[in-house]
Amino acid sequence: MISISQQTWLQPWIKLARGERPAQQLRSLSRTLVVPLAGIAAFLLLWAVAAGQINTSLGAFPGPQDVWQQGGALLDEHAAERREETAFYERQRERNEQRQAQDPSYQPRLFPYTGSSTYIDQILTSLVTVTAGFVLASLLAIPLGIVIGLSNTLYRAFNPVIQLLKPVSPLAWLPLVTMVVSAVYVSQDPAVPKAFITSMITVMLCCLWPTVINTAVGVASVDGDLTNVSRVLRLGWLTHVRTIVLPSAIPMMFAGLRTSLGIAWMVLIAAEMLAQSPGLGKFVWDQFQNGSSDSLSRIMVAVITIGVIGFLLDRLMLTLQGLVSWDKSADLR
Amino acid sequence: MNEVLRTSFQWKTRPTPWTAWLAVFVLSVFAVTARAADKPLIGWPEKPELTFGFIKLTDMAPLAIAYEKGYFEDEGLYVSLEAQANWKVLLDGVIDGRLDGAHMLAGQPLAATIGFGTRAHIITAFSMDLNGNGITVANSVWREMKKNIEHRDGKPVHPISASALKPVVQAYRERGERFKMGMVFPVSTHNYELRYWLAAGGIHPGYYAPHKGDTSGQLQAEALLSVTPPPQMPATLEAGTIHGYCVGEPWNQQAVFKGVGVPVITDYEIWKNNPEKVFGVSKAWADQYPNTHARVVKALIRAAKWLDENNNANRAEAVKILAESQYVGADEEVIANSMTGTFEYEKGDKRPIPDFNVFFRHHATYPYYSDAIWYLTQMRRWGQIAEHKPDQWYLKTARDVYRPDVYAKAAKALIQEGKMQASDFPDFADEDGFKPPQSEFIDGVTYDGREPNAYLQRFEIGLKGDARL
Repeated sequence: MISISQQTWLQPWIKLARGERPAQQLRSLSRTLVVPLAGIAAFLLLWAVAAGQINTSLGAFPGPQDVWQQGGALLDEHAAERREETAFYERQRERNEQRQAQDPSYQPRLFPYTGSSTYIDQILTSLVTVTAGFVLASLLAIPLGIVIGLSNTLYRAFNPVIQLLKPVSPLAWLPLVTMVVSAVYVSQDPAVPKAFITSMITVMLCCLWPTVINTAVGVASVDGDLTNVSRVLRLGWLTHVRTIVLPSAIPMMFAGLRTSLGIAWMVLIAAEMLAQSPGLGKFVWDQFQNGSSDSLSRIMVAVITIGVIGFLLDRLMLTLQGLVSWDKSADLR
Repeated sequence: MNEVLRTSFQWKTRPTPWTAWLAVFVLSVFAVTARAADKPLIGWPEKPELTFGFIKLTDMAPLAIAYEKGYFEDEGLYVSLEAQANWKVLLDGVIDGRLDGAHMLAGQPLAATIGFGTRAHIITAFSMDLNGNGITVANSVWREMKKNIEHRDGKPVHPISASALKPVVQAYRERGERFKMGMVFPVSTHNYELRYWLAAGGIHPGYYAPHKGDTSGQLQAEALLSVTPPPQMPATLEAGTIHGYCVGEPWNQQAVFKGVGVPVITDYEIWKNNPEKVFGVSKAWADQYPNTHARVVKALIRAAKWLDENNNANRAEAVKILAESQYVGADEEVIANSMTGTFEYEKGDKRPIPDFNVFFRHHATYPYYSDAIWYLTQMRRWGQIAEHKPDQWYLKTARDVYRPDVYAKAAKALIQEGKMQASDFPDFADEDGFKPPQSEFIDGVTYDGREPNAYLQRFEIGLKGDARL
């Protein structure tokens, strides 16, 4: 399991625990652990030194210490908001009881908490949105990629359009998506907010293309021998796709999905920022608008969070890619 | 009973002896029955779950206070407050129903109703505050301007007229450069105040010509005005894209704090106790949810009173609340500068202006028709209303948009519940919605809301009479 999922950094620990050649394991550890940590430490040092030199109209650029402090403050705010939420429901229940005493026909309802979203809430919203956009994109991109990969004619027909749409920035799509969503998605009491739909569709439009292209290429490059086997066996179209095409196209497909997810995450932050839809992007924008002396540190907290989440998402895809790939010797980075 | 109230209220706008007597009769009957039945004046809210929009400015305070102090919850309302990116997004939100109501520029409901910009019938029953804006210029402009200002005891004499800025603007024009200033929205109080101040000092701020498709507002302009969202003002000034701006707090004090500009005048000095923001909702919404609307106004009136209570005693606490990042989010000391009755012009030149932010005193929350008409006259003056309109049109438009009847309903409910005194409010029995003629403008021109066209005749710069671009 460990070897397939490429989590090489765990191996020396396990071997060390088993007592297998400790000296070699320690050397391996220093290579996989100490060197990267030293890199991070050097970066922090550079950051701390450089930050003090940059003066903005909001004060000096925040160093690692300020950012750490604001990270803590954001967590405290989250905890305070949760306490306030409990109190809110408590008050609401009391009020409902009072009203029922006055007006027995009243059917009490509990309204959801109206307080502001905390940093943690914003992270979760972003994760949900990116997942929804990415899943939607994959559901469209994989079948499309298979279909155009199987037919040379279709590939030639679609390729120019795909190449044209691929480099379009989310910022260009966003106004169009916003207007279309507003026009099409009309409901008195929407189940999901419009802002969520807008961000999701923008993310989808931007992260569709790598998966389409990679799937098509993967499908098109199926080994000729395998195709011949399928022909000899007179496999039906569906069986041909399922047993011959898909297994050989999967590594390429997942490489495409991995790129797509990376793009999805980047696009989402920009889309949230511009569309003012809840999430980390909005958090960054709000802090920028506030212009308080903590704003820059808080934006840096968000920058780091965005980076960490992006990294984790990429590792997740890499693990999946390793799991489904039949060529275990390939070095995935 | 509410019907009775509303009709009696509309009658009194043009009182004749018998209607006045009838109004008194109806009101006393009403007072007796109300006491006898002791039934609440306003029914349960039709829509308890609400979302209101606001822009990050200190004058959104009544919304934040009504939320934080539980005044909304006392009315059985569960309100979410959402900061909006700019005034256009906010207005669109109210029109398309994403927002139930919002903190609006006084000109927005009027302009939307007459169809300048997006057309939609928006009304207001609550005026959020008086004053609260300032005009800031870049440091370089201030250095030049300062030479033309009289000094006493080493400090510039306020109020500073735009005539001190005129030579600076001329120098820009001679160099072939454009002198650019920012304001927050074409129908914002800030646009009209900035134009008023510039024109009073002999600088032409430019005309709009919507009938020719020109909505830039820069025709014949000596100073070119354009839109920048409030929170971005200091950054835009710092970047040199604009040379000055007119905006609400805390964004003038932020310029001092950051050292990027110097506030030269507050709107209190341009027009003493001028009406500023309003709480706007769409007419359709108000018709559908009358109880909810009246209850929202109740909560807001209480919040406004809290803000001004005991000679601004609660302001320090209000500052703390506004500094939270979901509201205004600027540093406490920046917000405190203007909210606690002082204003810092040049760095270190802090002067007392106790009425810089008024939320309740001087009947600040009452939606006066005369306030609405002043904004309409300025829209006409600068060409946003392209052609002559009779005085009657101004009054009719004000009545379509400003709804003192809803305000009175909310106020009377508060009096009945014992949360407020009748003395807190204008005398509803004989209030006709017009403030007496006011002359406390920087140029000394007298404004009487009953004669908008005669008022426009008094200005040297600006459209008047049948003039058409």
